[in-house]
Amino acid sequence: METKKKLKVSAINNGTVIDRIPAGQLFHVIEILGLAKGDFQMTFGTNLESKVLGLKSIIKISDKFFEEDDVNRIALVAPDAILNIIKNYQVVEKRPVVIPSEIFGLVRCLNPRCITNHEPVKTRFTTRMTPGGLVLKCHYCEKETGQKNLQIISNN
Amino acid sequence: MKSLISINDFNKEEMLQVLDLALEYEADTNRQLYTGKVIACIFFEPSTRTRLSFETAANRLGARVIGFSSLDATSVSKGESLKDTIKMVSNYSDMIVMRHPLDGAARYASEIAGCPVINAGDGTNQHPTQTLLDMYSIRKTQGSLDNLSITMVGDLKYGRTVHSLLQAMSHFKPRFRFVSCPELAIPKEYTDFLDARDIPYSQHNMLEGQIDDTDILYMTRIQQERFQDPMEYERVKNLMRLDVSMLTNTKPNLRILHPLPRVKEISTNVDDRPEAYYFEQARNGVYTRMGIITYLMNQM
Repeated sequence: METKKKLKVSAINNGTVIDRIPAGQLFHVIEILGLAKGDFQMTFGTNLESKVLGLKSIIKISDKFFEEDDVNRIALVAPDAILNIIKNYQVVEKRPVVIPSEIFGLVRCLNPRCITNHEPVKTRFTTRMTPGGLVLKCHYCEKETGQKNLQIISNN
Repeated sequence: MKSLISINDFNKEEMLQVLDLALEYEADTNRQLYTGKVIACIFFEPSTRTRLSFETAANRLGARVIGFSSLDATSVSKGESLKDTIKMVSNYSDMIVMRHPLDGAARYASEIAGCPVINAGDGTNQHPTQTLLDMYSIRKTQGSLDNLSITMVGDLKYGRTVHSLLQAMSHFKPRFRFVSCPELAIPKEYTDFLDARDIPYSQHNMLEGQIDDTDILYMTRIQQERFQDPMEYERVKNLMRLDVSMLTNTKPNLRILHPLPRVKEISTNVDDRPEAYYFEQARNGVYTRMGIITYLMNQM
């Protein structure tokens, strides 16, 4: 309960609150969204209690609204994340992230013989949900990588 | 403008169009359709059959051929990137035929080049022109591609021709039998592929007893470097070896295919049997590659 109070204190006027980020993925999300480079006000908390995730992280960014395609990129590391769009201190929209059908330049191909690991080629994957979880298929070498082995390579 | 990088780039109708063109070329091989065109055959790693059959196909169609088959005399040996090499070659030619040791190199090249690219093998990934010539050989010997029993033998894990042929034949209601040791078994993503399409298959550890109701026996080479234990290689090699004594109760239409080179997985005493088709199969490569060049030229 105390956590909730603290978060309320730092409530933002206008902007985006990204909730339900797995605790260990906070800095990946910051990196994927390129938040470290911006000049907007941002606060974040980590290792907060969560009924859904056990421990979670949360990021609040003032006066920043994301394009859907941009924010869906974090679905790879934070598939349960929710975006709360804040206007005038009120949540006007709650939007879950959706795994994009194609992912560009975000993940490294695990195949050491893939051309993307030898030439300066922007990686490209198609995504597919299987009973075993998310699978990424490389557009170039056609090899598949499971969610557990994903390696994030860069921010935008 | 269309390229051929993966067998999945062609749908069923496109594959059949290429095979029909190949049939026409087999009947009349010397056709000067592309005089004035230049086809670049750039081979970043060694090849005998694929390179020579492409060069023969291009020559029989009247095109001129440029290219290289060794990196020693090229700027690649000076450290030139693949991107720069492809940009330069596509300035000189109307079509590029390319082999490269890295997976995905051909797809990347097709995105850079200003002309169609034909993948003549990219690492362990794809070799779609081999698949089309395999299909041509199957249709020619069986009269049809439909409802065939296909037994694939050997290195089913790393063998790119096996994976591509499996995907291509999935359009024609096949039944598959896979014969390999557990270390070289068909990968799960391909059995998932067959499951999703309700295509029946079974898996076996030895070749003996798996041939009698087969229409197409597709043999592949088992490479010794895939095994850490040389004794295990010897054991597996013998279980996958085809000998003439195994061809006693087979169907009359059985034909044995092999993408070549063969090592010892087919005994030489099979070579003179009517079922042995691997050398004719290699000859079909010229007609099929003429068909592929024509199909892609027509898309420009």
